[in-house]
Amino acid sequence: MAKIHGAVVIDTERCKGCNLCVVACPANVLLLKDKEVNDRGYHFAYMAHQQACIGCSACATVCPDACIEVYRVVEK
Amino acid sequence: MELDQIINPANKVYSRPALLNDNTMHYCPGCSHGVVHKIIAECIEELGLQENAIGVAPVGCAVFAYNYIDIDWAEAAHGRAPALATAIRRLNPEKLVFTYQGDGDLAAIGTAETIHAANRGENITIVFINNAIYGMTGGQMAPTTLEGQKTATTPYGRRPDLNGYPLAISPLLAQLDGTCFVTRQAVHTAAAVRKAKAAIKKAFKNSIDGKGTSVVEIVATCSSGWKMTPDNANKWMEKFMFEKYPLGDIKDSAK
Repeated sequence: MAKIHGAVVIDTERCKGCNLCVVACPANVLLLKDKEVNDRGYHFAYMAHQQACIGCSACATVCPDACIEVYRVVEK
Repeated sequence: MELDQIINPANKVYSRPALLNDNTMHYCPGCSHGVVHKIIAECIEELGLQENAIGVAPVGCAVFAYNYIDIDWAEAAHGRAPALATAIRRLNPEKLVFTYQGDGDLAAIGTAETIHAANRGENITIVFINNAIYGMTGGQMAPTTLEGQKTATTPYGRRPDLNGYPLAISPLLAQLDGTCFVTRQAVHTAAAVRKAKAAIKKAFKNSIDGKGTSVVEIVATCSSGWKMTPDNANKWMEKFMFEKYPLGDIKDSAK
């Protein structure tokens, strides 16, 4: 069976920490930083469980600030 | 597989649309406006209309829409976007002309302009963001505010005997012969965003083909105005807004 590897790159300075990507992710990959903030004081999102990412783009689709890029590899 | 093998330009499946410029949006965290701006930029890019699209920005939170999407824009007086769009489209019949309006702009001060532009069947697209509140001015009651909904000016909830009933604009516009496509969408989940994008694209095609007025209502959240976190605002919208404003196509006569 083909295995899918995914990853996202988040523009942390653009992120406003709205949490919508965390809720949208079907594989529970993303979380907001607990203590760390970006220059504007928002707790930005990051990949907490990268291995689980399937590159489905749900997070990037719902991101209001368009700060997520998605990469996907299907390993045959 | 290692992370640097995955993060490679050849494997990119989703990135920020090129038509969105580098300005950081002034919207609050989790605002639906950002998502709608993004799907409009994607639709214009996919239809190849970068040089032929003219947007008309409203008054309200989206007043700075022209700062974010890299196409031609005009800024209308409060509520007058459909009137301005009428003139722009009549003078430039080869262009895609759309308005982007909130519920305070379209459903309150601009009701007359909207209804008459739709009734004349102007070949424009109206993107209507309905979040049931006046977001920019601090969360006052809008015509679309739900019965019982608490706002800054209805602290005990909207009362129909005092404040009237919520105004459903899309079914009203669907009755008019000038409209060809009236739909109501939302952007709270990835699936909903994809459907909303398809609807906006269809509306843009109708406008280019001169089939009449297309109206795309987006039922949206205002987490600041509703005083909720963005994900709770989405849940509240699903629970209460969709009852009064059910999603789906209301009219589609442009087959």
